Amino acid sequence: MVDKLTPVLSANWGTDNSWKLATYQAAGGYQAVGKALKMTPAAVTDVVKDSGLRGRGGAGFPTGMKWSFVPKDNPNPKYLVVNADESEPGTCKDMPLLLASPHTLVEGMIIASYAINCHTAFVYIRGEVLHVHRRMQQAVAEAYEAGYLGKNILGSGYDLDIVVHAGAGAYICGEETALLDSLEGRRGQPRLRPPFPAVAGLYASPTVINNVESIASVPSILKNGAEWFGSMGTEKSKGYTLYSLSGHVARPGQFEAPLGITLRELLDLAGGVREGHELKFWTPGGSSTPILTAEHLDVPLDYEGMAGAGTMLGTKALQIFDETTSVVRTTLRWTEFYKHESCGKCTPCREGNWWMVQMLRKFEAGQAAVGDVDKLLDVASNIGGKSFCALADGAVACVTSAIRHFRSEFEDGYSTPAWELFPYGRSALFEVPETQGAHA
Amino acid sequence: MSVVTKPEQGAVVVETVTLTIDGIEVTVPKGTLAIRAAETVGIAIPRFCDHPLLDPQGACRQCMVEIPDMGNGRGFPKPQASCTIEVAPGMQIKTQRTSEVAEKAQRGMLELLLINHPLDCPICDKGGECPLQNQAMSNGGGTSRYDGVKRTFPKPVSLSAQILLDRERCVLCARCTRFSEQIAGDPFIALVERGALQQIGRYADQPYDSYFSGNVVQICPVGALTSAAYRFTSRPFDLVSTSVTCEHCASGCQLRADHRHGVVRRRLAGEAPQVNEEWNCDKGRFAFVSGRGDDRLSTPLVREDGELRPASWPEAIDAAVAGLTAAGNSSGVLTGGRLTMEDAYGYAKFARAILGTNNIDFRARPIGVGEAAFLAQQVAGRTLAQAVTYTDLENAGQVVLVGFEPEEESPIIFLRLRKAVRKKGLSVTALAAFLSNGNAKLKAKLVATVPGSEADAVAGLKLAAGDVILVGERAALAPGALTAVVAAAAKAGARFAWVPRRAGERGAIEAGCLPTLLPGARPVADVAARVDVASHWGSETLPPLEGLDAPAMFAAVTAGELEALVIAGVELSDFADANAAREAVAAAEFVVSLESRFSEVTELADVVFPVALIEERSGTFLNWEHRIGRVNTVVKQVNAPMTDLRVLAALADAMGTPLGVRTTGQARAELAELGTWDQPIKAEAASRTRARAAKKSKANDGEVVKLATWRMLLDGGRGQDGEVALAATAKPSVARISPALASTLGVGDGEVITITSEAGWYSLAASITEGMTEGTVWVPMNSPGTPIGELGVVHGDDVALSLGGAE
Repeated sequence: MVDKLTPVLSANWGTDNSWKLATYQAAGGYQAVGKALKMTPAAVTDVVKDSGLRGRGGAGFPTGMKWSFVPKDNPNPKYLVVNADESEPGTCKDMPLLLASPHTLVEGMIIASYAINCHTAFVYIRGEVLHVHRRMQQAVAEAYEAGYLGKNILGSGYDLDIVVHAGAGAYICGEETALLDSLEGRRGQPRLRPPFPAVAGLYASPTVINNVESIASVPSILKNGAEWFGSMGTEKSKGYTLYSLSGHVARPGQFEAPLGITLRELLDLAGGVREGHELKFWTPGGSSTPILTAEHLDVPLDYEGMAGAGTMLGTKALQIFDETTSVVRTTLRWTEFYKHESCGKCTPCREGNWWMVQMLRKFEAGQAAVGDVDKLLDVASNIGGKSFCALADGAVACVTSAIRHFRSEFEDGYSTPAWELFPYGRSALFEVPETQGAHA
Repeated sequence: MSVVTKPEQGAVVVETVTLTIDGIEVTVPKGTLAIRAAETVGIAIPRFCDHPLLDPQGACRQCMVEIPDMGNGRGFPKPQASCTIEVAPGMQIKTQRTSEVAEKAQRGMLELLLINHPLDCPICDKGGECPLQNQAMSNGGGTSRYDGVKRTFPKPVSLSAQILLDRERCVLCARCTRFSEQIAGDPFIALVERGALQQIGRYADQPYDSYFSGNVVQICPVGALTSAAYRFTSRPFDLVSTSVTCEHCASGCQLRADHRHGVVRRRLAGEAPQVNEEWNCDKGRFAFVSGRGDDRLSTPLVREDGELRPASWPEAIDAAVAGLTAAGNSSGVLTGGRLTMEDAYGYAKFARAILGTNNIDFRARPIGVGEAAFLAQQVAGRTLAQAVTYTDLENAGQVVLVGFEPEEESPIIFLRLRKAVRKKGLSVTALAAFLSNGNAKLKAKLVATVPGSEADAVAGLKLAAGDVILVGERAALAPGALTAVVAAAAKAGARFAWVPRRAGERGAIEAGCLPTLLPGARPVADVAARVDVASHWGSETLPPLEGLDAPAMFAAVTAGELEALVIAGVELSDFADANAAREAVAAAEFVVSLESRFSEVTELADVVFPVALIEERSGTFLNWEHRIGRVNTVVKQVNAPMTDLRVLAALADAMGTPLGVRTTGQARAELAELGTWDQPIKAEAASRTRARAAKKSKANDGEVVKLATWRMLLDGGRGQDGEVALAATAKPSVARISPALASTLGVGDGEVITITSEAGWYSLAASITEGMTEGTVWVPMNSPGTPIGELGVVHGDDVALSLGGAE
């Protein structure tokens, strides 16, 4: 079973002081930079294009193609912005990566910046994870000292500065244009497109925004070649990626494997569902991706496989829920998150999540009225696809998919509280006295 | 008169796009938004955040449409906000009229907007004219499915003394914040917090003091923003609306005055795309209650044994006629800058045909030596077609401001310049003592100019064809500045426009209220012009000599050379030397005053006639562009006083020579019949304007510096009386000096300094201003407590500065 794993990004995580420059270099780190700086920027972009690397932040847009959209004739400076505002419920890949091996990202940023002719690159890190922010700052400082950043990198004549920026705790700032507003010192709310960031992004200049994992994958591609990368994964979803298993699973954690692996295989690697329990439902890529059930255990976890199952690969954050879990309560918790994180800019997201939370609380308490399931679906249909950005689409995805798979459990909410049907203490991973595990 | 014709405008080819909306083929200019394209064929898509004059926001999501074909055969998978989608050739758009998807999206959005909206329409100011209410009726569901808890907030929040916010009504469309940032340039309100708690907020240490704040009340699509002045005073359906032209400045805003029970309750910006678009300033919006104080004159007054007492109209007319007849042509007429053109014409004719004098001047303000000649040669008789317009400003490459502060002195010019700066790359150059906040918002380049040396600064300008120079009223005080402007414009092929501050000044020139000009720009000095007017009027002759201007009249009265004055509601402290004006009016043998409120002149007059307020009369204002703006009677009272014109006609009748006009319509018709003089004006007719003797400052009063001064939009002007909340948003009075001058004086920012002239002094807080021209102090000209006329000095004069307050 272990042969399913392809540790590249996570290869050095177990080494002592893996986050230090010396450790990273000892394992062959920063060799890709030297190689890239001897190529033309266009050739670097071509390698990434040829590798088939697609955005690991969830949308799966081809990374090399994104780089090639940067207009060459625009006189403004070009910027690379790395989105490290990882905040989605369940999603937990970028933070461990940055904690364990920040230099992988630094090296990737140097190569990507060189490819798009950028001389100032930014990392926007979720503000709550202070330890990651500090580690990234230290890594950047080390890289400056070693001559990988600053003027005339490795004697190539190429200059690059990296700015490590901490967000202030808003999920919406993971949306790329809201991130840019926040980075500029404004309140993070999504921008109207067009203009797209590739044309007028940060400070109204051409900007490439990539996920941490996408950029961190670049050094290995440069080092080993596009063909090597393409040899992993499936036809349209190439390469390796980080799968994050959490919840009712024996050994939760990061599993780096080729795209196209199935949940069944991953569960085998993780020791299976919590002992004595069975899989009830799961998310393929965080709470914004429609949930799946045990019938989807063998669907390939790649962009196409998940789209075929009516969901999305997302951030490959696989949250596993066993049969003790109330899907109503889970949906309520997620919706409460979206209500709290809605930026407030547009009506459907702001008002709709406010309303859905109130409806779901009634379902949870067994106080919903007969017919409220259809009302909830209708309200959700007035929110999804109508909002300014994709936040609301994600917010309704969990509601509509939960009803699609577990409608009768919602209908039970017409008469019976969820905590009676699914005593909450039973789904906890630790002892919870029955008297306490209530509906707080 | 020299006529500068407009530069030929080449035929502009507009690229168009043809698309289909609900099966109807539409052709619109490229770049048009879908929602706007639908309007052209009469399809109204409901909307809240969309506003044609603001940048698209796409926030309310009310205007969703279905687009089955983007023009490339492919459709959008989801419905789209039509306020953010630009049309494309061959695009197919289906609105709520033909698409179930669009209809459901819109109905659903209204339901969502209403879940947290209070059902307080019966007590909401907006109820009855509320876009949310209207669209809930036309595009919403009949009942609500929402049975949850509504979001509430403590209410209201004061954004400023004038603007109040009821947050629970707000639909967060960001029209107000976009207006403040994009249009006015005063981003003192912003969206704060997030999610359902998102709300409009103001800075803790800075209220929303913007000259344009009232507009946000008007464009708010719900009743979230209200004004302290109008809140809870009326319901829209009880109001009667009248369109008027604003009486404050010369911008010429079209307004809507709403009255109920004979009382004006509010004024709104009217729609005038070529003038004020859909905006106005807070002065025009809120300052309309000055006539409601207890200083309103209700009956004529006559002086008996040194005391004024109420008198009947016949008695007062007889008394005025006796005094004026005795004085004959030894009279002078001061009309001020606030009359309608028709009333001004009444005075112009009364002076010449009845009193027999050319002593008439509308300029109740500091005047310059060459000003009358400039006005006669460069301003009088121009038509809108020949003049610089708002549109010309918008399309100019560069606009130069000479002795003119747009935001303070003509706020709609300011808005239009700002629009052009934002959208069309206009560059603005300001000749001033410092870069004011208003000009900074225009990204203006400052040519630091010592007051009085504007002529040199103009000569040094880099101008190109198509540039426009805007000349303010105080440019005339700088020797040679006006001729320098004319010369510089001619040399470069640029154009210029004179922008007076008061609404009635431009019309007063046309009406003949200058000592050198008869109605229709006819020079007094030209015998043919005099004969022309005399024959129209049926007069035997008209006085041949050019008359005295206002300061000359005061000097003549004080010297005993002029006996009587007819004064039409002017403030003596507005003149360059308030004390000289006061002395003269007190010394005059006989003074007749026509005014609506008790004033300093009332106290010195022999006969006083009460006249109608602006809201009680009709007429015409000519704005700075020479555009006609109609004033319509707003409130019709059975006991309304007479207009100036009516009183003058009654006086003329009693003096034995009918004025020939007594109604506004007659005056307008006669003025139109006279037309404009089409003969060239002889260069520089001998001007009788004398150089002014300023109240010089002496070095022992402190550091002698040049005075720069202009009026703030909101100041001590009497037209703003009674509107407390408006006054509270005015800028504080400060004296601006450069850092170097501050260190010479040893004064710190905020410390008190004293400005001294021969006639007196003012003490006020110093504001140390970077970039301020050296050797110069700026003070507001007429802010509460600092009417500069009382010091007898004008822009460009010497004053002395000293540290600390004077005793």
